[in-house]
Amino acid sequence: MAEKMELNEVEVWDGNMAASQALRQAQVDVVAAYPITPSTPIVQNYSSFLANGYIDGEFVMVESEHAAMSGCVGAAAAGGRVATATSSQGFALMAEVLYQASGMRLPIVLTVVNRALAAPLNVNGDHSDMYLGRDSGWIQLDAFNSQQAYDLTLMAFRIGEDHSVRLPVMVHQDGFITSHTAENVKPLSDDEAYAFVGEYKPMNAMLDLAKPVTYGVQTEEDWHFEHKARQHADLMTKVFGKVEEVFEAFEEKTGRKYNIVEEYMMDDAEVAIIALGTTVETAEMVARMMREVGIKAGVVSPRLFRPWPYEQIKKALSKVKAVACLDRSSPNGALGALYNEVTASLYQSDNRPVVTNYIYGLGGRDFTIDHAKEIFKELDANAKEGRPTTPLQQFVGLRGPKLSFY
Amino acid sequence: MSEMKKIKNLKEFSTSADRFEGANLLCPGCAHSIIVREILNATNDPLVLSASTGCLEVCTAVYPYTSWDASWIHIGFENSSTAIAGAEAMYKTLKRKGKLPASCEGKSPKFIAFGGDGATYDIGFQWISGCFERGHDMMYVCLDNEVYANTGGQRSSATPIGSSTTTSPAGRVSYGEKMNKKDMVQIMAAHGSPYVAQVAPNKWKDMIKKIQKGFATEGPVYINAMSACTTEWKFAPDDTIAISDLATDSLVFPLYEIENGTKLTITYRPKNKIPVRDYLGAQGRFKHLFKPEYEYLIDEWQKRVDDYWEYLQRREEAGV
Repeated sequence: MAEKMELNEVEVWDGNMAASQALRQAQVDVVAAYPITPSTPIVQNYSSFLANGYIDGEFVMVESEHAAMSGCVGAAAAGGRVATATSSQGFALMAEVLYQASGMRLPIVLTVVNRALAAPLNVNGDHSDMYLGRDSGWIQLDAFNSQQAYDLTLMAFRIGEDHSVRLPVMVHQDGFITSHTAENVKPLSDDEAYAFVGEYKPMNAMLDLAKPVTYGVQTEEDWHFEHKARQHADLMTKVFGKVEEVFEAFEEKTGRKYNIVEEYMMDDAEVAIIALGTTVETAEMVARMMREVGIKAGVVSPRLFRPWPYEQIKKALSKVKAVACLDRSSPNGALGALYNEVTASLYQSDNRPVVTNYIYGLGGRDFTIDHAKEIFKELDANAKEGRPTTPLQQFVGLRGPKLSFY
Repeated sequence: MSEMKKIKNLKEFSTSADRFEGANLLCPGCAHSIIVREILNATNDPLVLSASTGCLEVCTAVYPYTSWDASWIHIGFENSSTAIAGAEAMYKTLKRKGKLPASCEGKSPKFIAFGGDGATYDIGFQWISGCFERGHDMMYVCLDNEVYANTGGQRSSATPIGSSTTTSPAGRVSYGEKMNKKDMVQIMAAHGSPYVAQVAPNKWKDMIKKIQKGFATEGPVYINAMSACTTEWKFAPDDTIAISDLATDSLVFPLYEIENGTKLTITYRPKNKIPVRDYLGAQGRFKHLFKPEYEYLIDEWQKRVDDYWEYLQRREEAGV
């Protein structure tokens, strides 16, 4: 038996420690992992827990991230709770196996500490890796601070492992800004946390020797489509309800309320920023400031990035006049992903606000209060004019001549 | 406790229960199915299996069918080793926590990964190396047919010099593959693996003995199994065993084992050693070597085989 850890009512944890503690408390059976900045401390913390008797699962220190996810897939198919952590290039190296994990319906939990993708090489936070994962068939939850990284990691097991879902789950947090910033975090006790996550209930376990299973079959044009369509349909129809149910159970336990799409001062907002990650808290703070100067500002943030919450986004934006979609990843030849998803969500809406796109914060470039203020002012002008007064796509905080498109 | 099967003759062998079904899509005369069947039949213990993308995989698990009456997983081309290592890690955890499925309690499942030479010598090399360094209790079996057979016969780093493949074709100015075959057995022994062996399906008693020894060994075991490929080596499908005999009796495929990284033992010494020329001449992939301008390659090959046999014997004598 693993030793229990005595925790304070309030701990001072960075995002990495918050995620590490959640993995420990979930009593993961197999972690196969490979360290990479900025998620390295998760692997180190876990090693330290193991060395001090707080873990009784297997911890396999593999030789690459591809091997990490390969080991996770083998372990999950064998029939037990599995998790790992990564960032950026490691995430990209895993990409092949991410699709294998979701296609085999294996509920692995992956903590992704978001970081830019090279070239040029960069260790700081942006959402390039998160966006890379968006077609991989995983559920993607997004934490904006350390407390949320802890909470969502615990909830991820309960969501993904549910037999109606059986899909792997990523929990994202921003590299360095969340992962390396110590904050107050209120943990559950080990017993409470494990009781909340629950015992792993195996399904089609390879180790059930009485019932051999074949994983990872070949399907060509005869069956491949049905498998993919079924997975997609389950993402579109079974995940939202389960996520809501788990969020509610978590609120009941902790008082901390989560929503599939978080809304901030949206009741009477005329303009809104949509963003992911730590930028959400900056935008919320600036929204309060804007209200002091007469701009009715609000913030909308998808807690669930995949499956994409079309209905909830449509509802959250049902009254606004202008929306800015903030993408922290280079779209490399298109409008940003958030812009595309949000405008698609709004196309069927009775309310058709002016929607513009801002690319910001690549490779860890600061996103400041002034940046957010400027965006809200531009939104205010768009709302008043009823049309875009700026180019559709702009870059925030970029050195050199102003770059914009459309 | 492990439970090894006692197999004294071919009849007992042929009447053994199959966990790898004859209903599969492998070519008639493919040695893969002979090898896999011999390996799975060597034990009565439960099996947990993995396979890399390749002939064995695409021919045995085409939805909605499976040829496997044991749990089996395929992820990708490069990672059958790590897939089974992950399953083995899960077994260890669940055993320790007392959470194994009831059907698994008190049993000693054997964890075996299969891969072709492309998956082993080339694309999956790093994953295998990682698994062996970490010491998982597993067996890795390379079905070595010296070519990417599943995708139409491209060269791999197991393809021997002079072989004509679709990416190293013999042509007006080329004798085919230019590189010598990578010595995977020695590389795996150098990992400090407790048991490494080269086997061939025609020498089935030798093979079963080694497989059973491998199953009885704790830690990562590497088996390099020669798998004569009727399609890419270009010989008649009913000549698989005859070609395999030529390979082992010419010592192109010497049969030996290495324990704990150093102790080398030769397990088969042909009574009548045949010339390498006879082995090469029986296969279409080497046909062009018999032109006068390439005859020197056959002589060089013979010398290489003789030198390697000498090396193996000296290492055996030295006990290191």
